[in-house]
Amino acid sequence: MDTETYLIIILVFMIVMAIAAIHARDLLSSVIAQGAIGYGLVLCFLLLKAPDLAIVQIVAETITIIIMVAVLHDSTRFETRFPICRRDIVNYSAAFVLAGVLLYYFVHAIAVLNPFGEHTLRMSEAYVYQAIEATGATNFVKGVLWDFRALDTMGEAAVLFTTAIGVLAILRLKGKKQSNQ
Amino acid sequence: MTLYILCFILFLVGLYGLLISRNIIKMVISLTIVEVSIFLMLILIGYVSGGIAPVVFDSQVLENKLVVDPLPQTMVLTAIVIALATNSMILTMAIRIYKKYGTFDIHEISKLKG
Amino acid sequence: MKGMSVIVKKTAQLLSAMIFVFGMYIITHGHVLPGGGFSGGVLLASSFIVLILAQGKEYIKLKKQREATSVFESLSALLILLLGISGLFAGSLFLFNNYLPKGQPGELLSAGNIPIYSILIGIKVAATLFTIFLALTIYKEEVSK
Repeated sequence: MDTETYLIIILVFMIVMAIAAIHARDLLSSVIAQGAIGYGLVLCFLLLKAPDLAIVQIVAETITIIIMVAVLHDSTRFETRFPICRRDIVNYSAAFVLAGVLLYYFVHAIAVLNPFGEHTLRMSEAYVYQAIEATGATNFVKGVLWDFRALDTMGEAAVLFTTAIGVLAILRLKGKKQSNQ
Repeated sequence: MTLYILCFILFLVGLYGLLISRNIIKMVISLTIVEVSIFLMLILIGYVSGGIAPVVFDSQVLENKLVVDPLPQTMVLTAIVIALATNSMILTMAIRIYKKYGTFDIHEISKLKG
Repeated sequence: MKGMSVIVKKTAQLLSAMIFVFGMYIITHGHVLPGGGFSGGVLLASSFIVLILAQGKEYIKLKKQREATSVFESLSALLILLLGISGLFAGSLFLFNNYLPKGQPGELLSAGNIPIYSILIGIKVAATLFTIFLALTIYKEEVSK
């Protein structure tokens, strides 16, 4: 079997797990199904020749599951269920109509893309074939990350910084005591 | 072609979950599914069949060899870490909402109007 | 969190050191092997998280640690910016000029500035994730009080 067949099998597994995660009655099993999706993505990255991404994704997925289980441990595990009302019917029908319309336009839109596996390196040719002389790094992903496109990475660091400050601000229970004039 | 369409179906499943679910934790999980599908789509577009991974030991290895595109891999590498950070931020907001209202259900919260 | 049994505690102590060393290896070899600052940083954070999950929250002083991680995070962001701006004085490029000697490709000490950036972003990612985890733990403790 070639790469495409393996990828199709893993993607079908991921779609089944996604539906299971959305319709599970217990929130803990939802979280575990989400972990299955993340580890399926790791396998896809390995098959698509992206070892950097596989390492990052497998560690990040584990940390996400730890934080999610910590949040559920703090609160409730069970989802409250209600009988279907009129608002739900509107929601379901809107979701299905939107999905159908988006799928129709997507099938027409991917006609301009190259077929799978026949990508042509246009701009990235310089990133690959001149990387060793220009940066000295034999890992081209790091060469792009910290030399050719380092400003993007700088923005990423800014987002991380903002997130940490936001979490500290949200989770602070006691404000600083106001000084008496 | 099949792979692109399957990847888009994964995106649509996530969107469906975002639209129909009433629980905040389920909405976070749906958002994660959407993120996963977008990462996979970018990497699928950048794949060259028969190419080697963009890590070599020597510049002579590169002669007459196809290489997988490193640019989408770089973008996704930063996006994964950002997704992890934003997910944890949404979860901390959810935990504060649970402390204030005692439920994760968004209809109940909008009814309570605390 | 009250901590687990003695076997789990001892295993977590041994394992945490190994995870820490592996994270350092991943960070420092980022420019020659798969890996780098992001994955290594998450590994460093997870080594501390394993320790707290196994030992319980009395093992370290949470508030002091959180202040320390905040300092590390801000300091690494500042150093990345300063190192980027220093390229302005070394050459013609605006930011992130790779001006240090390149060395032999494939060696550990090569690729100019890239290993330094890798180490700094590794510290930054580890500090951010550990700050988030510590904030959640402190919040839990204050609520249950």
